[in-house]
Amino acid sequence: MERRDLLKMIAAATGVAFVGAEAWAAGGASSAASEASVDFSAKDVQLLDDIAETILPATQTPGAKAAGCGAVMATFIRDCYEPAQQQLVKAGLVDIRALAKHQFNNDFLALTAAQKLTLLQALDTASKNASSGAAGNSSLSDSKRKQRDGAPHYFVLLKQLSIFTFFTSKVGGTQVLRYQAVPGHYNGDLPYKKGDRAWATGG
Amino acid sequence: MTTNYFDAIVVGSGISGGWAAKELTEKGLKVLLLERGRNIEHIKDYPNAFKEAWDYPHRDAPTQRMKKDYPVLSRDYPLNESTFGMWANEKESPYVEKKRFDWFRGYHMGGRSLLWGRQSYRLNERDFTANLEDGIAVDWPIRYSDLAPWYDYVERFAGIAGTREGLDVLPDGQYLPPVPLNVVEQSVAARIKKAYGGKRVMIHGRCANITQPKPEQNRVGCQYRSKCWLGCPFGGYFSTQSATLPVALKTGNLTVRPFSIVTRVLYDKNTKKASGVEIIDSETNQTYEFKSKIVFLNASAFNSTWVLMNSATDIWPDGLGSSSGALGHNVMDHHLNVGAWGQVEGFDDKYYSGRRPSGFYVPRFRNWGDDKRDYVRGFGYQGSASREGWRRDVAELAIGANLKDALTEPGGWTIGMGGFGEMLPDHSNRIFLDKTVKDKWGLPVLAMDVELKANELKMRKDMQQDAIDILKAAGVQNVQGYEGEYGPGMGIHEMGTARMGRDAKSSVLNGNNQVWDAPNVFVTDGAAMTSASCVNPSLTYMALTARAANFAVEALKKGEL
Repeated sequence: MERRDLLKMIAAATGVAFVGAEAWAAGGASSAASEASVDFSAKDVQLLDDIAETILPATQTPGAKAAGCGAVMATFIRDCYEPAQQQLVKAGLVDIRALAKHQFNNDFLALTAAQKLTLLQALDTASKNASSGAAGNSSLSDSKRKQRDGAPHYFVLLKQLSIFTFFTSKVGGTQVLRYQAVPGHYNGDLPYKKGDRAWATGG
Repeated sequence: MTTNYFDAIVVGSGISGGWAAKELTEKGLKVLLLERGRNIEHIKDYPNAFKEAWDYPHRDAPTQRMKKDYPVLSRDYPLNESTFGMWANEKESPYVEKKRFDWFRGYHMGGRSLLWGRQSYRLNERDFTANLEDGIAVDWPIRYSDLAPWYDYVERFAGIAGTREGLDVLPDGQYLPPVPLNVVEQSVAARIKKAYGGKRVMIHGRCANITQPKPEQNRVGCQYRSKCWLGCPFGGYFSTQSATLPVALKTGNLTVRPFSIVTRVLYDKNTKKASGVEIIDSETNQTYEFKSKIVFLNASAFNSTWVLMNSATDIWPDGLGSSSGALGHNVMDHHLNVGAWGQVEGFDDKYYSGRRPSGFYVPRFRNWGDDKRDYVRGFGYQGSASREGWRRDVAELAIGANLKDALTEPGGWTIGMGGFGEMLPDHSNRIFLDKTVKDKWGLPVLAMDVELKANELKMRKDMQQDAIDILKAAGVQNVQGYEGEYGPGMGIHEMGTARMGRDAKSSVLNGNNQVWDAPNVFVTDGAAMTSASCVNPSLTYMALTARAANFAVEALKKGEL
């Protein structure tokens, strides 16, 4: 049963449903509209890798690049997103490249880590402002929420994808989070202290 | 055309079909078990059993291609990479939706016994008398006391984890130690008990996962991996493959034939009994007949009904059992996707380890005892408490190392629960054959015409508000109700389309699950249900099947069938 309600609760908790798992596109009819889907060049994958690494950098544990997030993000966008969502991300990458040129007169890939962070932090702030109006009331029913929500800011998708592909990766799951393949037991009263890592899968 | 003779034919290999095969072979009958889909062998054919998210190209999420090929499955959680291929092919086996109906089918050996939610509760005494008391539909031909020993019997074999609570609304059974509640659930349960004086309680979920080994069945037991739906190599949960099929095979009395779509029961108008079944081999399109003394239909509620609708049409145009006027009518499900959740404070120094196959249960309290509502019947809740993971929104954090560090730690505790509501039998909620639409094998398909009625819609209001009230009464913070979309069928508890009853004029089956119009044909899956109760139904199908199999063998011995 938990499987039934979990996704719904996650959507309620975050306000914005995870794109790909639950479509935001109004009407949701675009899946049949186009068989053609975007593809990503090696350069695009590098850019996705760098964006994900900026969002979830290597610290004392590996970051998004080490987890191979860029390639998985590209696969996910190509295969799981609807065409409108794909175009939104594609346009977002164009925008990020243009912002790098405009702000730092350089290719995004060539920016310093600090410059990348500055650029994407501004996008994160902008995306939060853009979605704060639409995402708020989680007591709305699914259908009402779908009606009310417009398309999210492209950076919401990039951030979601980075987090999703990182924490579902083997590196993220086993080297950043805690992982037990075969727990063999359930302990429902385990002492916890701040800093202890979360489990990689479910609960 | 080949002909073969057996003592009994069992149609379908899911939860009830596996039980029928086990019981009949153990009692010495030569049995043919027919399964419309492919074979799946225990352990060997569970390719994803040890995979993690990172082993799937899309991390277990559905692709657009999958959504296009499986538009019905994509309406809810079943469409994912890990169980892909374990649900019926929607293009090969279409159906017609006069109204939205979410039909999630498992067309393979073991059926949905491999994919089920495993919650296992008994109907109570009043579930069997409610139709009579309320003047709704028809009276069950049996009472709780008729089924109680069979509940005992199937629980002992299947292995149900749970606790004895002494509640009349949820009779106790034969239980293995429970799957534990965590520290937050225990605390909330204690506060609910105090707030409601025991009139509303939160107890351990009762589930068909074994918390102790069953060496006699070669089942190691639950390893707390929470991967049940991938097939468990440890035999941790009850399925046809892990439990009933091995016993049936061991008798030497069982023949299994996959890729066998049963098209009709062969009806002999001289003896007024069935003489066997006709099948199409789904791979070769060849037709075969198999003969037997008795037939058990366990093809899942709607497909058992479909077989009846296609049988003996030369005598009854609408099929075997249609003389009652009840065949295909009174479709029931459990309506769900409504409840509440909130945050629990004060347990930041607590966590858990292991992944449980079950959570807590809140038994029905509405229209029970002195409670009276503006609708009849009731609902129960299932839910769990856990700490949030990396999917949570950390609004105050932007991006970078701080975000990563925060998401690497568990978040706060949340607790949530969703209702499972009883749906009344209603003649206008029906399935019927649409002969203008054919499946891959040229067979007519089912059309669904089912909707929630006023009683269910009123109940749903309580299902949300009561969940909110209970969590608030237990001190849960920031409690929020939710109601998502529900399409009939989403509960995956289809029931009622060949109901049991007390006479041939108003029911398809008698009190021993025999078709009134062909007493050597038994239907013991969800189709037999006269009312739905609000508890998960599979345990009841097991008990009905074991009881009917016992009756059938005794009757055969006496020469009565």
